[in-house]
Amino acid sequence: MFENIILSFKGILSHKVRSLLTMLGIIIGIAAIIAIVSTIKGTNEQIKNNLIGAGNNTVKIALYRGDGQMDLQYESVPEGVSVIPDEVKKQIKDSDKIKSVSLYRQRSYVDSLYYMNTALNGGSVLGIDEDYFDTTGYKIKSGKGFGKREFTGSVKTAIIDTTAATGLFGGDDPIGKIIDISGEPFKIIGVAVQNSKFEPVINNYEDYQLYNQENSSGQVFIPINSWSVIFKYDEPQNCIIQASDTDSMTKAGKEAVDILNGRLTVSEDSGIKYKSEDQLERAKSLQKLSDSTNTLVICIAGISLLVGGIGVMNIMLVSVTERTREIGLKKALGARKKIILGQFLTEAAVLTSIGGIIGIIAGIILAQLISKFADVPVAISGISIAVSVIFSMAVGIVFGLIPSVKAANLDPIDALRYE
Amino acid sequence: MVIDLKEICKDYIQGKDAVPVLKDVNLSVDSGEYLAIMGPSGSGKSTLMNIIGCLDRQTSGTFIFDDSDISVCKDRELSEIRNKKIGFVFQNFNLLPRQSAVENVELPLLYAGVPKKERREMAKEALIKVGLEERMNFKPTQLSGGQKQRVAIARAMVNSPTLLLADEPTGALDTKSGEQVMEIFQNLNDEGVTIVMITHEKEIADHAKRIMYIRDGELSEYSGGETL
Repeated sequence: MFENIILSFKGILSHKVRSLLTMLGIIIGIAAIIAIVSTIKGTNEQIKNNLIGAGNNTVKIALYRGDGQMDLQYESVPEGVSVIPDEVKKQIKDSDKIKSVSLYRQRSYVDSLYYMNTALNGGSVLGIDEDYFDTTGYKIKSGKGFGKREFTGSVKTAIIDTTAATGLFGGDDPIGKIIDISGEPFKIIGVAVQNSKFEPVINNYEDYQLYNQENSSGQVFIPINSWSVIFKYDEPQNCIIQASDTDSMTKAGKEAVDILNGRLTVSEDSGIKYKSEDQLERAKSLQKLSDSTNTLVICIAGISLLVGGIGVMNIMLVSVTERTREIGLKKALGARKKIILGQFLTEAAVLTSIGGIIGIIAGIILAQLISKFADVPVAISGISIAVSVIFSMAVGIVFGLIPSVKAANLDPIDALRYE
Repeated sequence: MVIDLKEICKDYIQGKDAVPVLKDVNLSVDSGEYLAIMGPSGSGKSTLMNIIGCLDRQTSGTFIFDDSDISVCKDRELSEIRNKKIGFVFQNFNLLPRQSAVENVELPLLYAGVPKKERREMAKEALIKVGLEERMNFKPTQLSGGQKQRVAIARAMVNSPTLLLADEPTGALDTKSGEQVMEIFQNLNDEGVTIVMITHEKEIADHAKRIMYIRDGELSEYSGGETL
């Protein structure tokens, strides 16, 4: 076996150009597959990192009617849904999959948000509890955060994020200014910014569209206790949890949802339920999308491998004819069919394996070039390399079979007499 | 007895007709004999040699080689007989061009499953016997015709076969190299190796102890007057 491999190498080296041309189909096929798979994997990893890393393992839980999220700006609080008490929050937090929990209320696209005559159109107002900033990764950039006073009493103070600060005040310092939310004055005590780890990575317009469903033209945070000053006092809260790690996001979300749904006393046919919006799931469905579009491309590259295999078969047949005398001599010297068969099969497999290895190297280079010039992330996968090597070897064996059988079955006298 | 041919017939199918090439050939060769078979081209001597070499099968008749009935042997058994009991020497040497002299000599041992180290030792010894120990690692292209034929003889003898079968062994050689080859054959025969040699040269055939003549597929003892 080992000697056959060495002999095959010698044979291949003695016909360098021919061997290279024979391998070309395999090289192109494998290179294409490696490049495509690397690009797919890179894109998938980017999606996953962006989405999951962006939230730092947070899962949002909101009230849904059917498939749509309920917007309490336009409808009243449904019967059977109540405010989530602190005990339930503690109960959720007790899960070992959940690192922190925050309850909050939210109005998106508030249209009555002013500083003097400047309106913040499309801004959101969030009534938050003391855990919200920790859970979602906000920190105070200037001014100060809410203190005990805000979370026990009903104080009209607000913290705005940097987007809202720019929208309302331009370059001016917002600290100490009074803004008007639905006719009520709130004093700004701080500006908050989200930790970069929590922010989605935005490379292009598609990313922006993808991740920006959350980002409005700015966020204004008020203490949850002050919510009823402007909005309905009995509004049920949304919940956001931070899972202990990325892999337990889905389970953590489900646990919290189960606890919250257990408290609902709505009728079955109302369709009102808490649902978690899991970034892991979202990443998976996005990955599926990119996978399915690329399966076709992989199939096309596979055809190139098939064509390459036929090329190998063709050259092997020529090689058998060329070496008819050699085969005859070996048979005369006592080589059995098995030996001749093994020799030619090994040669075909070595040939395509070398082609496969060259193809892998070419594929990696190609992937790097793609990532450099097309600005697409790539991740070389070890599995795809291993599969390529085995697959190219298999191509050699499958397509080398017909020529090898032909060689093994040559009649020694005909072979010896062949000129 | 090494070779025992009884009423061997061989037909070749040409189109729809069967052309007889060998007609009722009877031949027995004892151990240690040195036999030359002469005949003009087309006489059937190559076919006879292929049958004796277990490369071809007769159409009818029986062939006992070293106590085994060849006609009932399977392909695998024939390979083994060729490998272990017969050494072939061809007119055009038939060396593998990309392998060195010693690697060529090793080939039959490789097929016999001899371990690598032992193989190399045996091949070296065989080359020493034909006086080529200094050209062991030469490729066939670096050797003269006579040297190539000596490598081929070493290869034929490396497995210590019962029979050395030579097909026009001097046909492609000059007189001097041919004489050298004949000398080696003589030495081998003196050591007890059975030799069957096919040739159409009378001077070469004269080296053998016994000469047979084949014409139109019929084999007979050589009487001296036959035309070649």
